[in-house]
Amino acid sequence: MEMFNFLPPELIRMIIFVALLIGLVFLNALVMVYLERKIAGHIQRRLGPMEVGPHGIFQTLIDGIKLIGKQLIIPRDVNRPLFRLAPLLAFTPVVLPFVVIPFSQKIQARDLNLGLVFIIAMSAINVLAIFVAGWSSNNKYSLFGAMRSVAQNIAFEIPILLSVLSVVLMTNTFSMQGIVTAQSNIWFIIVQPVAFLIYFIACIAETNRAPFDLPEAESELTAGFHTEYSGMGFGLFFLGEYGNMFVVCSIATVLFLGGWHGFTLPFNDYGAIIWFMFKVYFLLFLMIQIRWTYPRVRFDQLMNLAWKYLIPISLVNVLITAVIVKL
Amino acid sequence: MKQYVNNIYFGLKSLVVGLVVTFKAMIQPVVTVQYPREEIDITPNYRGHIELVPNPETGESSCIICGMCAKECPSECITVKSEKSGDGKTKVLSLFVQDFTKCSLCGLCVENCPKGAIQFSDEYDLAGFTKEMFHFDLIKRLKERQ
Ligand code: SF4
Ligand code: SF4
Repeated sequence: MEMFNFLPPELIRMIIFVALLIGLVFLNALVMVYLERKIAGHIQRRLGPMEVGPHGIFQTLIDGIKLIGKQLIIPRDVNRPLFRLAPLLAFTPVVLPFVVIPFSQKIQARDLNLGLVFIIAMSAINVLAIFVAGWSSNNKYSLFGAMRSVAQNIAFEIPILLSVLSVVLMTNTFSMQGIVTAQSNIWFIIVQPVAFLIYFIACIAETNRAPFDLPEAESELTAGFHTEYSGMGFGLFFLGEYGNMFVVCSIATVLFLGGWHGFTLPFNDYGAIIWFMFKVYFLLFLMIQIRWTYPRVRFDQLMNLAWKYLIPISLVNVLITAVIVKL
Repeated sequence: MKQYVNNIYFGLKSLVVGLVVTFKAMIQPVVTVQYPREEIDITPNYRGHIELVPNPETGESSCIICGMCAKECPSECITVKSEKSGDGKTKVLSLFVQDFTKCSLCGLCVENCPKGAIQFSDEYDLAGFTKEMFHFDLIKRLKERQ
C-alpha cells in the first residue's frame, strides 16, 4: 500500500466503496432476477430456470450477456438526447442511495446526517427518468406508462414520507446510523406497525412492482415506458428497478427492522452485515411473493388506495406519534 | 366509517389469505416434468400417426390388403399396395405408407379396418426438416419394432 500513500485515505476509502457498491447493484440484480424466476416457478409449481448451470444459477448471467450484446435500436422519430439520457437517469440515482445505507456499524460509505432525506430525494429522480423515457419515445404506450407512473408516484410518495416521518419523530435524527442505534432495545416495527405496513405497501407502488405495475402493464401497454428500448437501454431500466427494490427494502430494514441489530456475531462491527442482508432479502422475498400472488389493480383502485386509505391513516399515525412523543 | 374500517379489515385479511395460498403452493412438490430428461407415460387415448398391429401369433401384420383404410381416409394419405406372393396364389403386402403431413387424426382408418390391423402409435416427439420425413413406411416400422 506504500504507493498509495500520497493519496488521502478518505479518497481511497471512497473509491473502494463506490466500486463495491456498484458491484453490489449488479450482483443484487443478478440474484434478484434468479430468485424472482425461481420463486415464480415454485409458486406455479414448476421449477423455473434449470438449464444453464446447476439449477440454472447462471441463467441471469447469460441473459445479461445477451442483453449487452444486443444492438441499441433508436427509432427514427424519438427525441434522441432525451431517449439516450433516460436509462442513465434511471440507473445512476439508484446507486447513490447505497452510499448512506448502513450495512453494519462500520460498513457504510458515508453517514450523512441527512441520510434519509438524501435517499428519498434520489429515489424521486427515478420518476423523472421514467417520464423522460416515456416522453421521448414518441409512442403512445410509452407516454401512457410514463403518465401513470408520475401520477402513481406523486400519490404514493406522500404516505412514504408520512410513515418515515413518524419514525423520525421518535428518533430525532435523519442519520441512518442514528436511526439504527435508536433501535438497540426495541425494533420500531413493534412500536410503529401501521407505519411499517403503509411504508411497505407504498414502496411496492413506488418501485412499480406488481400489483402496482401499471406503468409497464404488459397486457395493456406492451411494456409501458420502456417499450422502445432494446439491449442495454432496457437493461439499465431493469437494473434500476431491482436496485430500487433493494434500496426501499433496506430503508424499511433500517427504519423498522432494527437495521443490523441481531444476535451478536463474530466481528460484530462488520459481521452484522449478515443480519442486515438477511432482513433485506426477507423483505425482497416478500415483495416477489406479493408480485406472484395478487392481480394488477385498476388505476382508480390504485388512486383510491393512496388517497382514501394510506394517506389519511398515515396522517393520523403521525399525529398520534407526535402527541405521544411530546407527552 | 363502519364501512371504511370493514374495507380495511377484510382487505388486509384477504391479502394475507392470498399470501398463505401462494406460500403453500411454493413449498409443495412441482408437478411439471423436465421433458428431455424425464418422460411420463402417454395416455392410451393419444393419437399419433398410425402403425400396423402385429399379429400375436405370427408377428406379421394381419392386414388383408382390402384397401378400406386408403379408400376411407378423407385426406387420402394412406397408400396400400400388394404383390403376388411367390406361389402366385396369395397377395402379400408390399407397401403401406401414411403421409402424416395430411393426416387429420380422424381415426376413420383405424375404426374401419375389418381386421383391426392398424392402430394409433404413441409417437409424440416428431420433428424433421423435410416433408418426406413424415411419409411413414409402416411395414418397415413393424419390422423394426419386432
Ligand atoms: S386418421 Fe383419418 S386422416 Fe389420418 S390416415 Fe386415418 S383416415 Fe386418414
Ligand atoms: S383396412 Fe385394414 S386390412 Fe384393409 S388394407 Fe387397410 S389396414 Fe389392411
